Amino acid sequence: MTGERKAIVEIKNVNKIYADNHVVHDLNLIIYEGEFLTMLGPSGCGKTTILRMIGGFEETSGGEILVEGENIEEKEPFERNVNTVFQSYALFPHLNIYNNIAYGLKMKKVPKADIKVRVQEMLELVQLNGYDKRFPSQLSGGQKQRVAIARALINKPKVLLLDEPLGALDLKLRKEMQLELKNLQKKLGITFIYVTHDQEEALTMSDRIAIMNQGYLDQLDTPEGIYEKPKTRFVADFIGESNIFEATIKEVNEDIARIRIEVGEALGLVEKGVEYEASEMVYACVRPEKVLFSKEPVNGFHIQGVVREQIYVGNIIKSNVILGNGQLIKISRMDMDDIPKVGAVINIYWNLDDVVIMKSRAHLIRNVFENVNLGGV
Amino acid sequence: MKRSHKFRNKTIPLLSTVSPVTIWLVLLVAAPLVYVFFLSFLSTDGYNVVYKFTLHNYVELLNPIYLEIYGNSFLLALLTTVVCTIFGYPFAYSMARANKRKKAVMMIMLMIPFWTNSLIRLNGWKTILGKTGLLNSLIMNLGILNHPIEILYTRGAVVLGMVYILFPYMVLPLFASIDKLDLSLLEASNDLGGNKTKTFLNITLPLTSPGVFSGTILVFIPSLGYFFVSDIMGGAKSQLIGNLIENQFKAANNWPLGAALSMLLIVLIILLVTIYKKCGGDMKDLGVL
Repeated sequence: MTGERKAIVEIKNVNKIYADNHVVHDLNLIIYEGEFLTMLGPSGCGKTTILRMIGGFEETSGGEILVEGENIEEKEPFERNVNTVFQSYALFPHLNIYNNIAYGLKMKKVPKADIKVRVQEMLELVQLNGYDKRFPSQLSGGQKQRVAIARALINKPKVLLLDEPLGALDLKLRKEMQLELKNLQKKLGITFIYVTHDQEEALTMSDRIAIMNQGYLDQLDTPEGIYEKPKTRFVADFIGESNIFEATIKEVNEDIARIRIEVGEALGLVEKGVEYEASEMVYACVRPEKVLFSKEPVNGFHIQGVVREQIYVGNIIKSNVILGNGQLIKISRMDMDDIPKVGAVINIYWNLDDVVIMKSRAHLIRNVFENVNLGGV
Repeated sequence: MKRSHKFRNKTIPLLSTVSPVTIWLVLLVAAPLVYVFFLSFLSTDGYNVVYKFTLHNYVELLNPIYLEIYGNSFLLALLTTVVCTIFGYPFAYSMARANKRKKAVMMIMLMIPFWTNSLIRLNGWKTILGKTGLLNSLIMNLGILNHPIEILYTRGAVVLGMVYILFPYMVLPLFASIDKLDLSLLEASNDLGGNKTKTFLNITLPLTSPGVFSGTILVFIPSLGYFFVSDIMGGAKSQLIGNLIENQFKAANNWPLGAALSMLLIVLIILLVTIYKKCGGDMKDLGVL
């Protein structure tokens, strides 16, 4: 899908270090024209820092950032052809909505008549017709957000950077604005780089999601890819619910791996071309809705557990199964009839392509490097 | 009776908390002001106040000599305010943007002189600026000039003294308003095409203008009345409204005229504060509720 598209922002080996705090590690990321890319991660993972480096509010500690093929290191924020929608909106409180939106054009000394036309266009675009004479303090959170977007878009940026723009809104309004933003982005065809810690927001809106973990890019993929095929344990854990087994490889036959877990064994497909050694440590990750169960053992699987409880959550029903070693396995179903009875002893299995088997070493190697970089042990 | 019991319970604590303030205000603020107001309509026989109603004192206010002094006073107050703003803004700005430690150091530098009586501090300036003072002997000993320059007893020296005494009154409200400024607004302006100068003129300055405004009021008004500054730094040459009032009460022994001059100053101050309020100034920034 992204094969022939033109790169608009290229982040090459970018690092960011504050004093002794390494916030972004060797980031490489290409963002394509017209795409909606979300940086997703828990707070402190470096996502906002990356956005601020693209916007020009932070300097990189190494590496380079290209916009439209040009290095932007030396450029002022306003020379970069990117604009930012700030987390707290950052509307100018002493200027009315008209002057807030017109600010960028006024700075560029655009003729007054042109400014008027373009501000009007923007007001229509964000559905704030007739609000031009009001002041930011007279608007609701959602309206302020729209003004902030209009104020950035009027400059016709190639890339719009959005830093948790919906963070301050209530749930219902946030959902509405998510769709609105997505539609706006499609309509204008501008590249959006969107920062959030809300996984649902990321899954709903994005073309691609970059998952950040402690300054590292853990995975860059489509929402489906992120959900269906998480690459690291962190991603599997962070996006949606997962059952994660710590396992060792027993043998790999063609693409089918036989793995040993603490309480038994199981099967799963491994990614083509990835080599595994015997007894190698891996994680096996299965989504709750993909966990299957039966009374009789299934060939190749040996995981037995007792159903501890059922939880009714409206649209789905969840069930917790406890294994011999105390590990909790989550099962979820759409239908009450598909859920095992409390107290029943069941055998757990799954379709071979519903499990994701990932190397656990990846994380260990990274930690070693991290310590070397910081001059630690 | 139950009812009166209840009444007493609520009134006595109420009175005991409110009345000290009320007594204080009546005795020390309202009464003297009312007295000055009445005094300004009385006459004098050259030595003592005569209890005879007259408007003569107010007519006397228009004396050309006095008019010149008012003008002089205003000019000096204006100059003091401008100098305080020019030096106070950068000082307050760097204080607001400094880290915690630097901020504390700057605040201490600003406040420590406050703990010494201002008369003593001004006399300290005299020993620096005088004909045989530190500055002049330095200049002559270094051979830059062979005669002392006259700094003390000039209008410049009075402005220097005023600025020296009133500087914190400018810096503190400025600091408060700059400190409140949301940095993301400056980033937003920078993002939208404003370089440093444009951002300062379009965002920083308008948003910190309440601070400039209260600082101006807090410096301008006292510099109309601080007669001791012009006494010490300006000698006999520099006469301000404050000196004029002082003279009427002391040397000239004409209390009614002094009272009328005081009323004039009070009216001027009320006028200035009214303008300040009309322009959207916050009374809290002046330390008034």
